[in-house]
Amino acid sequence: MHRLTLAQIARGLAAKEFSSVELSEALLARIAELDPGLNSFITVTAEQALEQARAADARRAAGESGALLGAPIAHKDLFCTKGVRTSCASKILDDFIAPYDATVVERLAAAGCVSLGKLNMDEFAMGSASESSHYGPVRNPWNTECVPGGSSGGSAAAVAARLVPAATGSDTGGSIRQPAALTNLTGLKPTYGRVSRWGMIAYASSLDQGGPLARSAEDCALLLSAMAGFDPKDSTCVDQPVDDYLAALHRPLAGLRIGLPREYFGAGLDPRLSDAVMACVEELKKLGATVKEIGLPSMQHAIPAYYVIAPAEASSNLSRFDGVRFGYRCENPQSLEDLYKRSRGEGFGAEVKRRIMVGTYALSAGYYDAYYLKAQKIRRLIRSDFIGAFQEVDLILGPTTPNPAWKLGEKGDDPVAAYLEDIYTITANLAGIPGLSMPAGFVDGLPVGVQLLAPYFQESRLLNVAHQYQQATDWHQRAPEGY
Amino acid sequence: MQWETVIGLEIHAQLATRSKIFSGSATAFGAEPNTQASLIDLGMPGTLPVLNEETVRMAVRFGLAIEAEIGHTNVFARKNYFYPDLPKGYQTSQMDKPIVGKGHLDITLEDGTLKRIGITRAHLEEDAGKSLHEDFHGMTGIDLNRAGTPLLEIVSEPDIRSAKEAVAYVKAIHALVRYLGICDGNMAEGSLRCDCNVSVRPRGQEAFGTRAEIKNVNSFRFIEKAINHEIQRQIELIEDGGKVIQETRLYDPNKDETRSMRGKEEANDYRYFPCPDLLPVVLEDGFVERLRETLPELPNQKRERFQSQYGLSAYDASVLSASREMAEYFEAVFEVCGDAKLAANWVMGELSSLLNKEGLEIERSPVSAEQLGGLIRRIQDNTISGKIAKMVFEALAADEGASADAIIERKGLKQVTDTGAIESMLDEMLAANAAQVEQYRAADEAKRAKMFGFFVGQAMKASKGKANPGQVNELLKKKLEG
Repeated sequence: MHRLTLAQIARGLAAKEFSSVELSEALLARIAELDPGLNSFITVTAEQALEQARAADARRAAGESGALLGAPIAHKDLFCTKGVRTSCASKILDDFIAPYDATVVERLAAAGCVSLGKLNMDEFAMGSASESSHYGPVRNPWNTECVPGGSSGGSAAAVAARLVPAATGSDTGGSIRQPAALTNLTGLKPTYGRVSRWGMIAYASSLDQGGPLARSAEDCALLLSAMAGFDPKDSTCVDQPVDDYLAALHRPLAGLRIGLPREYFGAGLDPRLSDAVMACVEELKKLGATVKEIGLPSMQHAIPAYYVIAPAEASSNLSRFDGVRFGYRCENPQSLEDLYKRSRGEGFGAEVKRRIMVGTYALSAGYYDAYYLKAQKIRRLIRSDFIGAFQEVDLILGPTTPNPAWKLGEKGDDPVAAYLEDIYTITANLAGIPGLSMPAGFVDGLPVGVQLLAPYFQESRLLNVAHQYQQATDWHQRAPEGY
Repeated sequence: MQWETVIGLEIHAQLATRSKIFSGSATAFGAEPNTQASLIDLGMPGTLPVLNEETVRMAVRFGLAIEAEIGHTNVFARKNYFYPDLPKGYQTSQMDKPIVGKGHLDITLEDGTLKRIGITRAHLEEDAGKSLHEDFHGMTGIDLNRAGTPLLEIVSEPDIRSAKEAVAYVKAIHALVRYLGICDGNMAEGSLRCDCNVSVRPRGQEAFGTRAEIKNVNSFRFIEKAINHEIQRQIELIEDGGKVIQETRLYDPNKDETRSMRGKEEANDYRYFPCPDLLPVVLEDGFVERLRETLPELPNQKRERFQSQYGLSAYDASVLSASREMAEYFEAVFEVCGDAKLAANWVMGELSSLLNKEGLEIERSPVSAEQLGGLIRRIQDNTISGKIAKMVFEALAADEGASADAIIERKGLKQVTDTGAIESMLDEMLAANAAQVEQYRAADEAKRAKMFGFFVGQAMKASKGKANPGQVNELLKKKLEG
């Protein structure tokens, strides 16, 4: 049963081939058995899950239907879940029981999803390897010596290992797309403002966006249909109708104009990944797409701009973790300053502290113009690069990452090397456009992802292209050995 | 040396909205600690602000009232600092692009002249909570009810030259925000608070001296005392060869002194940056114009009208227009009696001292405008004398009758104007004081004038004050001369 996709689960539940309770029990048993080797879950909410599954079965028995009614999922542990620990994989929130549900959690619950638990991640979503978690690193089911990517690495590992058919994630600089690429999944970062951020613990507010990780574009479409939409509780959430993502899947690709940015195929890209990406392009051509080379010249400044803006916002967003109202408080504070220094010093991990310090520096008097304002200018240039490119092409395609998954600990003492892994993904966050990563082959038994980028609010186009590609190929159906 | 004082004020006016600036929690004063603090006010992880549109309307109306440039695109920014009663570790405020830009306000000085005070800007921001240091056995309690309460911070130019001017300016702002209905002006509850930037310089010098900021002064009286104390401190310091340092000071009303809170070197680097959780606020022209149409007659416009329409002095007009309620009361009295001068005298005289004595606001006056107008009418038509009128006023205040007429009737206070009745009363009185009459008749002009008052007094006493004083004078003169 664990091999079923969300779409297959929907059909099975509708046909009464199995119940949500049966399915949830099977998956919970699988998590108990296999997750100790992966560490993808921080909290498993078995009891609550079975309660939700029983409720879903009762709703179905009462005549209700719905593609997600009774479907098991799990949430990245930065989505607040009422009554359940929401830790952001940080010691500072180790004892934090959220008093409310995030909008994403609420919407998926309303659609009938059963939440099996909370998924591991990089602390406060800061990282590309899911190694910075207070609860220990996550392992990649394709090779447990390797990282699953990050920061939504727990989501990726759990879905790739068939512990759960789909999961939520969040993407600030590639945190959905990059782990999806490294674990052979389809992951979508929606347009900024498409999915409510209410209840999603902020890393960098102007870049953060929640989205789905699943084993197919169709499953991502199913999940996004329930996640997306206007929320008056988030001022940056856009009041615009949500497309029919499922209906859009079936559009033929004839006439699709794809742009290949030359900046995505330069130095730093593993040539074996380049080959896999070009093979994907050939496949899409067969499906009717035309291809042309394009330029995104401002991309070369994207990493420095991102590593100013994201830490600047983070330094402010994370100020509320001060040991006063919730979360970790140091033992026996001697003074207010001591309370702050030790609670934060002991509560945050090294990477989080590094980014808080970088961000604090970038916003300081005398440096603001040189760093923060300059980075905002670069951000506007990147945005106009994309707007210009989308005058010529419908879609931009390239590798999701420059390399396949690397070994645990390999980049631990070199943060800049790790930051460079974000090179292809962060531009979409800076510009606010949607992006999707889909499986496109393997290198040394490790998955390769192809990234698709589309104009604002064209998630349906991304899902459509990925789905058509997945109808013609079977990369996405391959499972890691032993899972 | 002659010193000149330079003062600039930052006034925080709490906006009279029902809910907070970024959350739906109530803003009422005095609730049990932390009962009006929502997830947002507590700074819970994952929560986000949503701007209360009413605060935008209120700020724009203020901006229009001081003829300011309106920030058609205004931006919220985060002011970052750590404090236990600041739940998010930053205050959401406005920095580079405030909602209200440069404007001005005219104040009336004691001699009745006007002075224009420049207003640099006014911006929206959220209030912090309160730290409670009592009753926690050496620990600090945090009450976040006030956190997120909307504030309009009004920053003046350094145009103020004395403590008295500062008070006049704060009073003018106080009147204005109350006229506009955007702030209840209750200083005791902290609805209007004032930070005073004070410096001194030798008269004639152009450059400003180093300023000290006195934080959070919360009454007109304390503003005057705190500034005067600070001026004195700075002058003495400089004259003794010292230097004023830029710092934040606190006024202690119990000791009547200011003391240092923190110096410049301890000042925070607030690391302002645009708040990524809130979009820039873009005001359409139609929105601003519709608000302009809702502006009431403002204190200064009212003061001018009172002078031109009623012929009141600048001073009387400014006192009567200082609050909307006072102005409305005055005009209601005038409606009934038709005599602006008498109405002004009674409102500013008897009524004000009654309210002062009872500690009441004019809207809760025990004597209504209708009643006072009716009373003044009886003075005008000679039914009662001014002296009796004060008795009637007191009776009205004590709720001894529904109207002046009812009290006059019931107590028989109606003035006697019947010449025959007054004459016979006078005859009786003169007969009873025959000795004095003789003395009077024998006296010279100067002495007579003095003694005449004695007879008037006796006559009024005999009539229990009801005899028309004019008639008494006239008839008495005739009888004594005759």
